[in-house]
Amino acid sequence: MTEPVLETRAITKSFGALKASDAVSLDLRPGEIHAIIGPNGAGKSTLIGQISGALVPDSGAVFLDGEDVTALPPQVRARKGLARSFQISQLAMEDSVLQNALLGALGAGGSPWRFFRPALSDRPLRERAEAALARVGLTEQAARVTAELSHGQRRLLEVAVALTMAPKVFVMDEPMAGLGTEGSAALTRLLDQLRHEAPILLVEHDMDAVFALADRISVLVYGRVIATGTVEEIRANRAVQDAYLGGET
Amino acid sequence: MSREAVINAVVVAGLVLVPLWAVWADEPFTITLATRAVVLALAAVGLNLALGLGGLVSLGHAVFFGIGGYAMGVLASHAQSYTPLMEWPVLIEGTKSMPIIWLVSIVASALVALVIGSVSLRTSGVYFIMITLAFGQMFFFFTISWAAYGGEDGLSIYVRNGFPGLNTLVPIQFYGLCLVVLLVVLVFCSALARSPFGLALNAARQAPERVQAVGLDPFRLRLVAFVISGAITGLAGALFADLARFVSPTMFSWQLSGEIMVFIIIGGVARLFGPVVGAVLFVMLEHWLGGLSDYWHVFLGLLLLGIVLFAKGGLIGVLAGKARAHD
Amino acid sequence: MPRPHFDCNMTLPLLIEQVLNGLQAGVMLFLMAAGLTLIFGVMGLINLAHGSLYMIGAFFAAAVAAWSGSFLLGLVAALAGAAFAGALIERVVIRRLYGRDHLDQVLATFALILIFSEGTRWLFGSFPLYLDAPDALSKPIALPFGILYPAYRLAIIGVGLAVALGLFWLIGRTRLGIRIRAGENDREMIAALGVDIDRLYTMVFALGAALAGLAGALVGAIQSVQVGMGEPVLILAFVVIVIGGIGSIKGALIGALLVGLTDTLGGVFLPQLFKLFMEPAAATQTGASLASMAIYILMALVLIWRPTGLFGARA
Repeated sequence: MTEPVLETRAITKSFGALKASDAVSLDLRPGEIHAIIGPNGAGKSTLIGQISGALVPDSGAVFLDGEDVTALPPQVRARKGLARSFQISQLAMEDSVLQNALLGALGAGGSPWRFFRPALSDRPLRERAEAALARVGLTEQAARVTAELSHGQRRLLEVAVALTMAPKVFVMDEPMAGLGTEGSAALTRLLDQLRHEAPILLVEHDMDAVFALADRISVLVYGRVIATGTVEEIRANRAVQDAYLGGET
Repeated sequence: MSREAVINAVVVAGLVLVPLWAVWADEPFTITLATRAVVLALAAVGLNLALGLGGLVSLGHAVFFGIGGYAMGVLASHAQSYTPLMEWPVLIEGTKSMPIIWLVSIVASALVALVIGSVSLRTSGVYFIMITLAFGQMFFFFTISWAAYGGEDGLSIYVRNGFPGLNTLVPIQFYGLCLVVLLVVLVFCSALARSPFGLALNAARQAPERVQAVGLDPFRLRLVAFVISGAITGLAGALFADLARFVSPTMFSWQLSGEIMVFIIIGGVARLFGPVVGAVLFVMLEHWLGGLSDYWHVFLGLLLLGIVLFAKGGLIGVLAGKARAHD
Repeated sequence: MPRPHFDCNMTLPLLIEQVLNGLQAGVMLFLMAAGLTLIFGVMGLINLAHGSLYMIGAFFAAAVAAWSGSFLLGLVAALAGAAFAGALIERVVIRRLYGRDHLDQVLATFALILIFSEGTRWLFGSFPLYLDAPDALSKPIALPFGILYPAYRLAIIGVGLAVALGLFWLIGRTRLGIRIRAGENDREMIAALGVDIDRLYTMVFALGAALAGLAGALVGAIQSVQVGMGEPVLILAFVVIVIGGIGSIKGALIGALLVGLTDTLGGVFLPQLFKLFMEPAAATQTGASLASMAIYILMALVLIWRPTGLFGARA
């Protein structure tokens, strides 16, 4: 079997008496989309936080491309090839759409320690940013101020910024949230292609998207992974039905 | 050309023409006022880099103003008394040469900014405000107790320092020099705001988590911005000391830190010319209102309160018709 | 803050006297810092004009005491005057700043400093006023080890500690305290509880103002009462809050005592310490310079160790 690109080994994180992550072990293999589902409060955000580096686990370890990155801050993990999107858009709202995309290109392919020439006239940087915007269909919005974008367009820009980084791994925190049916379908098609560039760890509430995209699904309940398997396995799993799917439908 | 660009051009034209008129009309005091405005503007341009672009509400920028001033004071006082600064391990003499003094001011204030920034940027929000204010007070009290360089009384420098090819004792020549420095720094700041560094710094103010997620360290971006910002304000301090031919602990005072920030607000935060317009307006108010009433700070306070509560965006914001600057 | 001069020969009595001086400075700082930290904790507001309220308290005390001949009446006037001024600016200005960013708060309260300082200078002139300690407390008290210590300063320490206890009781045990703590945690919750938030905020602000005014009046009898007296104390109170942690009354108390003691003891003993290995003139100079920086160095060390202060919530 191929080496996982991203792996968590028994990571545990408590806030006071609450165990938000309880010995969570997951892996993400090349070319796959691994979806994490679970009811609200299951610890999905805490998990993403520990994978991206915003939170440090109390115990356990996170491996990126075979390297232990548990102690590294988010920016170092990003430079090692981990790109994430945020559940609540984290964008420079006063800046243009293109500038936001440039920022992603800057972190991955450029240096921020240049003080004189305009970022916009850096050809390689700009081409990279524009290519990412084109892939999510935001080319025509490039010059607009980000704050003027619709909610759905902001979600797409989140994905575009991650794309500019040409990462080894995508970690996406509910990219479909708030998108209409049409938007979801478009983004589903995009993610479907993306998995061949880098595998995707996908936290998502939209079950249609999850079942359409995921190679594997892990179910998180009260901070623990109660099941991992293919779509069919998860659909058939009794514990999952009891704990989660049954409750929703 | 946008309305803001028109305003900027008018400001530059005014800064060039009004002092020339003053020479023609033989109004040397107007030139002194204009020089004061230009130098204070430079100090505020420095702060605006940290505040406007970086979102760092530093209430201690007088520290750098004072460091720049004292760099000039110390070097020039040794030169005027013909005593070396130190003899061991290397002999360092004083100097009356502006370029050297400027360089020392810039390096010294950048180093102090590096130290203060390293401590204070570990925090954010109100902590940062209170800490920068406290460090300002530390330098204030330190210079008061520093008897070797005048303590509370400060240091007088009897003859203005020299610049190659100019007679700095002629007011308009010194003014021209200060204006050129200001314009060069403005060009630099304008380039910086568009540069990759400016882009990243500006994003770190708006969405720090995003900046981290693309692999950049907001702390380092802010620290570098704070250092550049401090160096610019330090340079302004050296010029201010040469204008007054006097340095004293009041250059480090918290009131001055507050006033530098006020210039920016009056003019407009994060706008290239905001601090310039603010400083010019401040010096004009100080002159006119100060002539009408000894208690003109009451009116300044009311004006400031009005701007903060009702006219965010400052004077340029009102004139250009936009609440906030976008690039 | 100026300190009484002492003969430096006897070490233990000197030490005790200086510790008392440090305590006295510390409890006064606590009165300032407690109000600031409470206002920040409940309303999320950084108030630079808190030093003006300190000054207002001192001027009310000096003016009323001079007019009535009664220090106690002056003290009451200081409390009432500062509380009223606090409630007034809360209603007129501060209220508009709660939702604003810190920059706006800094600038608007900086504007208030300008208005209050120059306004006071307008009314009272630039010369300092004097406020005498009450007669009953004007004599020194004999303490063990042959120490004679001003009774008034002892009384200040007592008042300060009593107010500290009262505050802990108020916050911990009363209905108002429960509301204040609820307000720190969740604005919407207290609104849901049917508490009038506007009134609560005005009351908290007035309470903080009264504490500052009390400190100004009490210290006013040791120093002169003049425009600009509040801001150095305000900045020291900020140092206290940074050390103690924002929003924590306990942190404010510990931080205030630490700052008061470090400042006072540093000023006396650092020059002495340097005399052990330097010539006297240079030692006095170096010691004094270092002493003037001691509390800020303390602050920096605490920050490096714990960026949110000793008792601050972890970020």
